[in-house]
Amino acid sequence: MEEWTKTAARRKKRALVRKTAWQNRALYGMILPALIYVGIFHYAPMYGVQIAFKNFTLGKGILGSPWAGWKWFDYFFSSPKFQTVVVNTISISLYSLLVGFPMPILLALMMHNVAGRKFVRTVQTITYMPHFISVVVLVGMMSCFFSINSGFINTMIEAFGGSRKYFMGEPKYFLHLYVWSGVWQGVGWGSILYMAALTGVSPELHEAAMIDGASKIKRIWHIEIPALVPTIVIMLIMNVGSIMSVGFDKVYLMQNSLNISVSETISTYNYKMGLEGTKYSFSAAIGLFNNVINFALLSIVNFLAKRISGSSLW
Amino acid sequence: MQQKKLTLIRQPLGDRVLDVFFYTIMGLLAVVCAYPIWYVLVASISDSAYVNSGALILLPRGVHYEGYKYILKDASLWQGYLNTIIYVVGGTVFGLAVTLPAGYALSRKDFPGRGIFTFYLVFTMYFSGGLIPTYLVVRSLGLINTRLVLILLGSVSVYNMILVRTFFSSTIPEELREAAFVDGCTNTRFFLQFVLPLSKAIIAVIGMYLAVGHWNSYYNAMIYCMDRKLQPLQLYLRQLLFTNVDIDTGLDQELMAKQAQIVSVIKYAVIVVATLPILCIYPFLQKYFVQGVMIGSLKG
Repeated sequence: MEEWTKTAARRKKRALVRKTAWQNRALYGMILPALIYVGIFHYAPMYGVQIAFKNFTLGKGILGSPWAGWKWFDYFFSSPKFQTVVVNTISISLYSLLVGFPMPILLALMMHNVAGRKFVRTVQTITYMPHFISVVVLVGMMSCFFSINSGFINTMIEAFGGSRKYFMGEPKYFLHLYVWSGVWQGVGWGSILYMAALTGVSPELHEAAMIDGASKIKRIWHIEIPALVPTIVIMLIMNVGSIMSVGFDKVYLMQNSLNISVSETISTYNYKMGLEGTKYSFSAAIGLFNNVINFALLSIVNFLAKRISGSSLW
Repeated sequence: MQQKKLTLIRQPLGDRVLDVFFYTIMGLLAVVCAYPIWYVLVASISDSAYVNSGALILLPRGVHYEGYKYILKDASLWQGYLNTIIYVVGGTVFGLAVTLPAGYALSRKDFPGRGIFTFYLVFTMYFSGGLIPTYLVVRSLGLINTRLVLILLGSVSVYNMILVRTFFSSTIPEELREAAFVDGCTNTRFFLQFVLPLSKAIIAVIGMYLAVGHWNSYYNAMIYCMDRKLQPLQLYLRQLLFTNVDIDTGLDQELMAKQAQIVSVIKYAVIVVATLPILCIYPFLQKYFVQGVMIGSLKG
C-alpha cells in the first residue's frame, strides 16, 4: 500500500516536471542560443586544453597527437623566462591594485560630500571620459606625450630645469606609466559603483550624527566608509583573484625591445609562444597554469572574505 | 550654552576647510582627465613645427588641417571605419539577440533547470580554455580571416546575461506575468510584448557596452583576422601610431620629407578621427552607462 502511494506520487511528480518543462519550452528556446555559444567558444576550448599534455600538431589534431605528460609544464617551470614573467605579472598587478583600488573610493567619497551638484556632475562627465578611449589610442597618446623629442611632458621637464627622459623605452618608467595611465582611465568610472553604494546610505543617519555634532570627516569615517565595506570587499576579491592575470592588450602595446625585461608578462609570453612561435602545446600549458592559479587565488580570497566580513562572490 | 555655540561655529569651519580641499582635488582631477584629450585636439590642428618642438601648451598655434588632409585621403582609414561599423552593428545586434532572451529565461524563478543553466554559464566566468585552445576551435570552424569571427567573439558575455537577469527579476513584477498568463499569453509573447518594452534601459546599457567594446577592441582582430581588407579601425590605428607612417605618396622626395615632419600631427589627427564619435555621443548616454554599473552592483 505504502509502496504503491510512493510510486504513484513519484510518477505524478515526474509527470508534473514533464508538464512544466513542456509549458516552458519557449524558455528553453530562449536560453538555447546562449548555451550553444558558450558551448562552442568556452567549453570546446576547455576540452582542447588537453593539448597542454600532448605533443600537439595541427596535422594530427587534438585526439591524434601523442601524450607528453607534464613535459611542457616542466619546460615552462625550468625555463629562465618563468621567473621573469611571473614576477613581472605580479608586480604590475600589485602596483595597479595598490594605487588603482583606493582612488575611486576616495573620489566617490569626495563627490558625495560636496554640495555643488552641478560641479559634481561636470566632474563626473569629465572623469568618466577616459574610460571610453581605446587602449590603442591610450598607448598612442602616451607615446606622443612622452616622446623624447616632441612630447610636451619632456618640454615641461626641461622648462623646470630637468633633462629629457626616454619614458617609453627605459624599463624603470614602464610600471609607473602603465599603472598611472590606468588610474587616469579608470578612476572616474570606478567611482560609479561606490557612488551607488553611498546613495543607499539613509540620510537619517547623517542627520542624527550632525545633531550630535559629528564633523564631516567623522561622518565619512563612521557612516559612509562602513556602508561601502561590502562593495569594497567584493571588488577586492575580484582584484586579488585576478592578480596573476594582467590584461594582454595594454602591456603588449606598451612593450618594446628596450623595456621587455619588465614588460614581458604571462599573457604576452603566452601569445608569443603560441601564435608567433606556433608552440601550441607549450602555450596551452602556460595558459592552463595561469588559469588554475587564478581560480585557486579567487577561491582562497573568496573563502577568507566570507570568514572575515560575510561578503563573498559565491 | 556657551559650549554649544562654540561647537556650532567651530564644526562648520572644519567642514568648510574640508569642502575647499575636496573641491580643489576634484577640480585638479578633472583638469588632469581633460587636458590630454584637449591637447590631442589642439595638436591635431596645429602647425607641426610647434607640435614637434613641444611648444604647444593650451591653445592651437599656426592652425591648419594638414594632418586631417593626409589621413582622410588614406583609403585604409575608410576601409577600417567601414569594417568597424560592420562589427559594431553586427556584434551588438547579435549580442543583444542572444543575451536578452537568455537573461529573461534565467530570471524566471519557475524555469526548470535554472540552477543548472546558471552554473553552466557562470562557470565560464572563472575558468576558460585559454588563448590557444580557443584559437584552435575558431580555426577548426573555418572562421579565421572572416568578418563573422569579429562579430561573434566579444558579443556574448555571461556577465551581461547576469546583468540582464538581475534587471528583469527586479523590475518585471511577477503579478504582471500571472495576469497575462491567465489571459492566455504565452512565454514568447509575454517576452516580446511586455518584457522588452519595459526594459529599454537595460537594452540601452547592454547595447552600448557591446558597441563601445567592439569599437575599441583590437585583440580579436589581431589574432583571428589578419586580412588587411577586414581589419577594424583599431588595427589601422595601431599600425599608424606605432610604426612609421607609410602613406603612399609615390616617390616624391619633397613630399616624403614633409611627411616625416608632420608625422606627429597625423598621429594626433587620426586619434581624433577614431575617438571623437564615441566621446561626442557618450555624454548624452552617460546616464545609461551609470545605470548599467548600478544594476551590476545589485546582487541578483
